[in-house]
Amino acid sequence: MSDLHTSPSGESHGSVSSYIIGFVLAVILTAVAFGVVVSHSLSPSGTLTAIAVLAFVQVLVHLHYFLHMGNGSEQRWNNMCFFFTVGFVVILLIGTMFIMNNTALHMMSR
Amino acid sequence: MLGRLSFSAIPVDVPILVGTFLGAAIAGLAVLGLITYYGKWGYLWKEWLTSVDHKRLAVMYIVLALVALFRGFADAIMMRTQLALAYAGNPGYLPPHHYDQIFSAHGTIMIFFLAMAFMTGLFNFVVPLQIGARDVAFPFLNNLSFWMTAIAFVLVNVSLFIGEFSQCGWLAYPPLSESQFSPGVGVDYYIWAIQLSGVGTLLTGVNFFVTIVKMRAPGMTWMKMPVFTWTAFCSSILIMVSFPVLTVAVALLGLDRYFGMHFFTNDGGGNQMLYLSLIWSWGHPEVYILVIPAFGVFSEVVPAFSGKPLFGYGTMVYATCSIMVLSFVVWVHHFFTMGAGPDVNAFFGIATMIISIPTGVKLFNWMFTMYKGRVQFHACMYWAVGFMVTFTIGGMTGVMMAIPGADFVLHNSLFLIAHFHNVIIGGVYFGYICGMNFWFPKVMGFKMNEAWGIRAFWFWFVGFYFAFVPLYVLGFDGMTRRMNHYDNPEWHIWLLIAEVGAVLILFGIVCQLTQLYVTIRDRNLPANRDVTGDPWNGRALEWSTSSPPPPYNFAIVPHVHELDAFMHDKENGIDTRCAGGPYAPIHMPKNTAAGFLIGAFSFIFGFAAVWYIWWLAAIGLIGVIGTVIARSANKDIDYYIPADEVARIENEHSRKLMAQAAE
Amino acid sequence: MAHDTTVQTAGHDEHHHESPVVFGFWVYLMTDCIIFGSLFAVFAVLRNQFNGGPSGHELFELSGLGLETALLLVSSITYGFGMIAAHKNEISKVIMWLGVTFLLGLGFVGLELNEFAHMIHEGAGPDRSAFLSAFFTLVSTHGLHVTCGLIWIVTLIVQMMGTTEIPERMMNKLTCLSLFWHFLDIVWICVFTYVYLASMI
Repeated sequence: MSDLHTSPSGESHGSVSSYIIGFVLAVILTAVAFGVVVSHSLSPSGTLTAIAVLAFVQVLVHLHYFLHMGNGSEQRWNNMCFFFTVGFVVILLIGTMFIMNNTALHMMSR
Repeated sequence: MLGRLSFSAIPVDVPILVGTFLGAAIAGLAVLGLITYYGKWGYLWKEWLTSVDHKRLAVMYIVLALVALFRGFADAIMMRTQLALAYAGNPGYLPPHHYDQIFSAHGTIMIFFLAMAFMTGLFNFVVPLQIGARDVAFPFLNNLSFWMTAIAFVLVNVSLFIGEFSQCGWLAYPPLSESQFSPGVGVDYYIWAIQLSGVGTLLTGVNFFVTIVKMRAPGMTWMKMPVFTWTAFCSSILIMVSFPVLTVAVALLGLDRYFGMHFFTNDGGGNQMLYLSLIWSWGHPEVYILVIPAFGVFSEVVPAFSGKPLFGYGTMVYATCSIMVLSFVVWVHHFFTMGAGPDVNAFFGIATMIISIPTGVKLFNWMFTMYKGRVQFHACMYWAVGFMVTFTIGGMTGVMMAIPGADFVLHNSLFLIAHFHNVIIGGVYFGYICGMNFWFPKVMGFKMNEAWGIRAFWFWFVGFYFAFVPLYVLGFDGMTRRMNHYDNPEWHIWLLIAEVGAVLILFGIVCQLTQLYVTIRDRNLPANRDVTGDPWNGRALEWSTSSPPPPYNFAIVPHVHELDAFMHDKENGIDTRCAGGPYAPIHMPKNTAAGFLIGAFSFIFGFAAVWYIWWLAAIGLIGVIGTVIARSANKDIDYYIPADEVARIENEHSRKLMAQAAE
Repeated sequence: MAHDTTVQTAGHDEHHHESPVVFGFWVYLMTDCIIFGSLFAVFAVLRNQFNGGPSGHELFELSGLGLETALLLVSSITYGFGMIAAHKNEISKVIMWLGVTFLLGLGFVGLELNEFAHMIHEGAGPDRSAFLSAFFTLVSTHGLHVTCGLIWIVTLIVQMMGTTEIPERMMNKLTCLSLFWHFLDIVWICVFTYVYLASMI
């Protein structure tokens, strides 16, 4: 089993080594996130930022090593769907928080 | 044993419902009896109910939509009659309990089961043919989608005779819809009907998205794709993005009701406004899901009857896409009055107004298509021109309501009702009926009767203005929506006029039924037969097949050279069909009962969950999972049409074409 | 006449090179992603509505969370090894790795149910406050997905037993399940970061 292969369905699948690399990175990132919270070594806002960044990086690691997202031409539509979805989720999240926080502020309901 | 269900749930004391039940039962038994008498059960089961053919499913969807139209319209005319009577001390004939169920059912049925089913029917019929595909990407899921929609509609109608329907409006706002204020089964019927039909709709969205991305004929690049397919594509994206949000919103309401959670309750830290925000971030895209395909229909119809290509194809595509994206960022305009500050309301108000720009572009494109064209006033064109006028007015009242300050006055008034009926009837309904008239010969092999079609149009068109312009006036006069009776004598005359409009629309529906009857009666008249498969000198690929198309659509998949592929081939003397072959065996999916079974078990599950009959719900759920697993183990899912058979069908059509040309 | 006379078959054709099944499933996963996105939005709005009840800080335990996360992470890589075996057509290995994945997933669901039972027992059930409603719903939606994945794994194991090769239809099913399983991991990353860890700062 050599490196990345491409199956007839256009999905590439990984090798043992790529899975292990991904796994090790994921374990490290998870452990660091837990460690940051347990050790209280950063300020609360600093901790929040740190775990958010770590989670973001870990999501990327999973996407690359486990879900095998890449930039091959046969994956163009997979990627397009993914980014579109992420965009919509961001609109939904930010929009909902913007609306609800603003309402709470004006209605003094919180 | 039966949960909340007992004999007292059956409303034998309400004469209207008993009468409706008797009518429905007699009609149902008559239909069943006729099927038995003619021995058609086997045919119906093998060729229709279990069919995975997109063309058959399209017909079933549209039949479902028309049944939903009758139910929804019956509700509408009952409401109008109630309001024509119920003033100055007269309570009318509908008590509030019943009246509230009627307006809730009217909205739910018209959106989810008339409009969505009709739209999916048009998608099913037209999209695979327009892109030169032999079927959709997932034919079995297509059948499953249909059954999920159908059983959800049955569930709504069961609520008429067993228990009650929701009394909380078509979106069941909390806290009214919470168990504290609506302890009955009505909201539960609503929740399960929405969730089950939502599964079907979501699968439809995924199916058509994948079909359009992956299965276009060779040579059909994105900018050579017909506009209706473009609109189906944008609409599918909107379905995939927004329906999950609806599922979540309604599921959370269900959790509040079933498990006593506190998402939207008054107590426990719940927040009703969160429900509004969620449901409208589905609800606003939803109206574009419905109207964008109607725009697509007009973009096919207007060029066909103007004898010209569509003016500004590119701008049409970009306008459609920008409407699609903009529709995500406008949802607050449905609840400007909830108390958010000026920054929120200004943002969403401006975003809303921006949508009118691409929509205006589209209107000008259709008008420029007609300009200096050889316009034939076919019945389809009546609906199209009626749409342009009506939808423009509806759009302008929409922009009025997009101004937060104005909305504070107009919110929840009859002005709003008039506005959205103006765009939904004038846009969506006119569009779908126009599409039905346009593609009917392709589906059935004979044309629809035009005279009755035009009569239906005039009744609908005039009836619409009589029914809804008075509501604009009443909205300015301060009459709110969902009132059961009123005391202000000034309103009465306008509500009488609106009642006249509803009756005119009733005549319109009668004309449409007559149109169907006359069409089927006269189907064998030579003038009505569509022998060539191209009755309107059409432009896109669906007109290159026979009418009705063979099960495999295209014996040889066409090669697309240009936008309006079929017109290009006709003008350049290219035979799109490649008549004469050589033909190869064609791989086809087999019909399956799995979709019907999953639907039936889902219905059992939904009904049992409404009434808290947990053992029955478990049976339903296990049945669904079991059927899915059995289906995934089934290896007998496809077959081949032999090349000889393909050649026979194709040569038969070629012979007819030549006979027609010789005449 | 520049016609392409090669026969393009419809998408349900196993021999067709661009099977839309995996892509279609990916698209379905995107809609699932929006379900989770909406639940996260709900959680974000209701996360401080304790209604006088316990907050996340008082309820959550890091050790249990760490164990759950570990099980899920390991199950990811075991499923990955199963996929590698599947591409080599080694059915017995595939079944073995899928079995291991199943057990790890089962352990995860068991731990989660245990955690829930514990919280409900302490009077911190989903009907206590809006915060807990949002918490239970978001986390158990993920758990429900994992449970569906477990049923799916068993189904595929049973379907593969006694066969000697993996046909393309089965390969597609394995690939779809692989996407599903790894996707649930990603959701879990967001859950443990924004629901658990962020509440414990």
